[in-house]
Amino acid sequence: MASSSKTFFSEAGAMTRFAGVFFQQAFKPRYEFRAFIKQCYIIGYQSLPLVGITGFIMGLVLTMQLRPSMVDYGVEAQIPAVIGLAIIREIGPVITGLIFAGKIGSSIGAELGSMRVTEQIDAMEVSGTNPYKYLIVTRVAATTLMLPVLVILSDAISLYGAYLGVNIRAVTSPSLFITQVFDVLDYSDVLPAIFKTFFFGFAVGMIGSFKGYNSKKGTEGVGRSANSAVVLASLAIFVIDLIVVQITEIMGIN
Amino acid sequence: METSATYIPGESPVISINGLSKAFGTHVVLDDFSLQLERGQTKVVLGRSGSGKSVLIKCIIGLLPPDAGEIIVLGNDIIHLGHDELDEVRVKIGFLFQSNALYDSMTIRENLEFPMRRHTVGISDKEAESRIIEVLTDVGLEHTIDMMPSELSGGMQKRIALARTLILRPEIILYDEPTTGLDPVTGREITSLIKSIQRQYNTSAIIISHDMKCVKAAADSVAILINGKCYTENTYQALKQSDDPQVKQFFE
Repeated sequence: MASSSKTFFSEAGAMTRFAGVFFQQAFKPRYEFRAFIKQCYIIGYQSLPLVGITGFIMGLVLTMQLRPSMVDYGVEAQIPAVIGLAIIREIGPVITGLIFAGKIGSSIGAELGSMRVTEQIDAMEVSGTNPYKYLIVTRVAATTLMLPVLVILSDAISLYGAYLGVNIRAVTSPSLFITQVFDVLDYSDVLPAIFKTFFFGFAVGMIGSFKGYNSKKGTEGVGRSANSAVVLASLAIFVIDLIVVQITEIMGIN
Repeated sequence: METSATYIPGESPVISINGLSKAFGTHVVLDDFSLQLERGQTKVVLGRSGSGKSVLIKCIIGLLPPDAGEIIVLGNDIIHLGHDELDEVRVKIGFLFQSNALYDSMTIRENLEFPMRRHTVGISDKEAESRIIEVLTDVGLEHTIDMMPSELSGGMQKRIALARTLILRPEIILYDEPTTGLDPVTGREITSLIKSIQRQYNTSAIIISHDMKCVKAAADSVAILINGKCYTENTYQALKQSDDPQVKQFFE
């Protein structure tokens, strides 16, 4: 017990130091723009199909599952408003964040882990290139900036799925659906929800990078890095979500 | 164009290691190890597997911090250099990894371009391309320029890794077991390539090896690492004739 808590705190300390180096390195030249753009393409653009499909299914299924209860309570007309609020405030950011952690967290963990055990990171270092700046800063910056974009797109696609879900049993025009959704939405619903996704993205990139960069023990270590990156990043998303909700509640913007 | 190596015994050393010690936990790997490498010299460090040879060259390049001792490379105290200053010295040192360590997500061209673009200010695309072609020609693999490392054999990967170290025209090259894992014929080819590169680029080198054919062919001087110390150092021929059982075991 004492040993496992010691391991936990020493790992937490190491990860905090690792994250601290990001802020030291990110704003200091030389800037790796080309590598950053490439990572944005891989992390953002190539995640679009997965995020889009899951977003669409999420909106559609949520509407279909919610419908019977709403009908029972006689508030069928409120379905677009309820679904819109649920998707934009919570389900969109969290589910997209989890999908993102699964896809990107594991791929960063495995890629950097494999580069570590095949000495590619050492090769970068001995050639006088700062591997932290080239590999970590670019990936973490890309995850931090790309996840909010993906969440906004996922929210939009989810709402389209919800619109189709509403139209399975009833007939609603697109303009009425959109009006009903946006009537109940306020900036205090949208902005904190988007704001927290920057932290989700940072956590996914940082945890994946930390696990991969410090990978040990050959191919077994690479698998372990990828796995623990996903588990920890998913957990981090829930913890950050909890903290952000508490903060927005205290600030009265909930 | 080949020039002859400029190894002049007695010149000031390009690498000077004094009293180097390194332990992992209670396991002592290097214990008061000392070694000098003179300009133009090719020195082989010979030792059994796990004797700390790779640890030694990783300490020289600053990948591993030693516990005690002094490492002076081209007049710079490696242990006490800041990160940026260390990077400047590293550019003058080539390091050939045992595993080759080619960037597997990049083509051969990108592998070679990667260090060059970072350390050659203002180089035009044309100059960069011609330098890449030049080093690839030197290792006999110019046709692989647009291939991925995974498409090449082990020997070809070793040649490309050597080309990548040459692209920055280093003054010193550290070779970590360059022939390990290769068949005897390819091993001989790599050894002969190393020799011709040493002459052509006029570099000093430390080769970590226990391949006696490579040692015999490439070494100006051989240092034997036993129990973390430089047990003895001499030419290959002199060591081969030694009666010391600790030395003899490597030549049997």
